[in-house]
Amino acid sequence: MIRFENVGLRYGSEAEVLRDVSFTLPPASFHFLTGASGAGKSSLLKLMYLAHRPSRGLITLFGRDMALVTRAELPELRRRIGVVFQDFALLDHLSALDNVALPLRMAGTPEADIVAHCTEILRWVGLGNHLHAKPSTLSGGQQQRVAIARSVINRPRLLLADEPTGNVDDGIGMRLLYLFEELHKLGTTVVIATHNEALIRRFDHPRLHLDNGRLLVMPARGARAQDGRVRDGEWE
Amino acid sequence: MALRPVRPRSDLPLAVDPSSRFLGWITALMVFLAALALAGAMVVSDMARRWDNGLAGGLTVQVAPMPGAPVPPLDERVEAALTVLRASPGIRSATVLSGGEIARLLEPWLGPGAADPLLPMPRLIDVTTEGPVDVAALTLRLTSAAPGATLDDHAVWLADLRSFAGAVRLAALGVVLLVGAAAVTTVVFAVRTGLAIHRPVVELLHLMGATDRYVSRQFERHVVGLSLRGGAVGLLLAGGTLFGLHRASQGLRASLLPSLSLEPWQWAALLLVPGAVALLALVTTRWTVLRTLESMP
Ligand SMILES: Nc1ncnc2c1ncn2[C@@H]1O[C@H](COP(=O)(O)OP(=O)(O)OP(=O)(O)O)[C@@H](O)[C@H]1O
Ligand SMILES: [Mg+2]
Repeated sequence: MIRFENVGLRYGSEAEVLRDVSFTLPPASFHFLTGASGAGKSSLLKLMYLAHRPSRGLITLFGRDMALVTRAELPELRRRIGVVFQDFALLDHLSALDNVALPLRMAGTPEADIVAHCTEILRWVGLGNHLHAKPSTLSGGQQQRVAIARSVINRPRLLLADEPTGNVDDGIGMRLLYLFEELHKLGTTVVIATHNEALIRRFDHPRLHLDNGRLLVMPARGARAQDGRVRDGEWE
Repeated sequence: MALRPVRPRSDLPLAVDPSSRFLGWITALMVFLAALALAGAMVVSDMARRWDNGLAGGLTVQVAPMPGAPVPPLDERVEAALTVLRASPGIRSATVLSGGEIARLLEPWLGPGAADPLLPMPRLIDVTTEGPVDVAALTLRLTSAAPGATLDDHAVWLADLRSFAGAVRLAALGVVLLVGAAAVTTVVFAVRTGLAIHRPVVELLHLMGATDRYVSRQFERHVVGLSLRGGAVGLLLAGGTLFGLHRASQGLRASLLPSLSLEPWQWAALLLVPGAVALLALVTTRWTVLRTLESMP
């Protein structure tokens, strides 16, 4: 699904934010992405959702070498990717429902289906009473849930979430993660950047850990317990 | 649950742009100008065509009274002219206009006392032709047979008229072209401004998989909506102005003025002006958006 080979990223002429990043995410896998603040989690996700091109290295996505993809091919690839942006990136002049509807409108879904779908998903994330509210009138956690609803509305094949539970309590955080779990079970590849150790512990998935621009791939605890070499919590 | 109808909306908050405010009014002004120019050109063309039809195919021979000159009396000279005319090839008929008819022709210039029998009045012979007439040769024969006779084939008069109508049409075309250029410039400016203001939103839409055409459709809907509304206002103003001019011209007694009324099909042509401006705005918007986005990463 995703392969990074010796990928480096620098902003302008500054030192590389990501260095020699190599990993492979199989289809329908679920990974957490961890690392200290400023470690480069958002930067790595931006490379995955094709907001940036790497300074060096090779990125393969959906079997395509991203260096060879033309500008005209990008929209079609991007539509297969659902993104929860760290700052939500909701459009302030649109209602919650219209924000969630954006990916469907781009895909040309019939308007009646759009309203039905978006209403359903917004109810699911607990915003059934705020369908027509503008983002500015919603709390941070509510905005985040709109952003999450928007990222999954189109059943993306790749879901990238940047701190999707940063503004909600653990109860809602769990509920949202179950949403991602559901997608994952339906075959979506999921990557979730988070600081929330409780969630990481609750859902046993492998993690990608960024440290000083380098990436470590750590298997799920279940897998580690099985081969017995790594003790629980060793790298926490 | 009854679903709320989805409001017409745009992914870009274009309606609050400063450019939105002037775009509608500028379109109104441009449609107003273009419609008036077009109406003017159509009126003048009609007028020229009517005069053309009325005057071509006819000649007028004028025999002037020459009191004191050593020439035969007026009646004899008129008879001589008639004889020459009737013997000439290409002439179908030649009739002397009566005093009453001449007075009626002169009335607009000289007022109701024109038929004063004491005034030395020229005689006019109305000639209709059927085929080509050698005007130069005919003039020669006429003046030798009937001194004081002049031949007016309306050629100069018609040529002036035609070139006047041509000039008006050219001016109207100039106005329409200028209006078109102004429309294009305005739309390009407004769209570029909109793209610059909303660049972050456009980038976000791109990240979510929007094609350039999707983004340009947002702009097109907005710009075409504005220009249709502005165009309707401009057309109403132009229609009102034309109607006012029409009413004013009917109050005048001068029959020389062209009638300022338009045929139904000409009104229909004016109705097309806002549509044409909106279409131009649409094409310009699409072109501007696509070209600008092309240079974005
Ligand atoms: N657009 C940018 N231009 C220049 N530098 C940037 C840009 N975006 C990020 N950086 C730098 O890259 C580094 C990594 O940033 P990034 O946002 O990827 O970190 P992060 O792991 O997501 O942090 P956090 O957990 O706080 O969200 C930081 O040092 C940051 O200053
Ligand atoms: Mg971040």
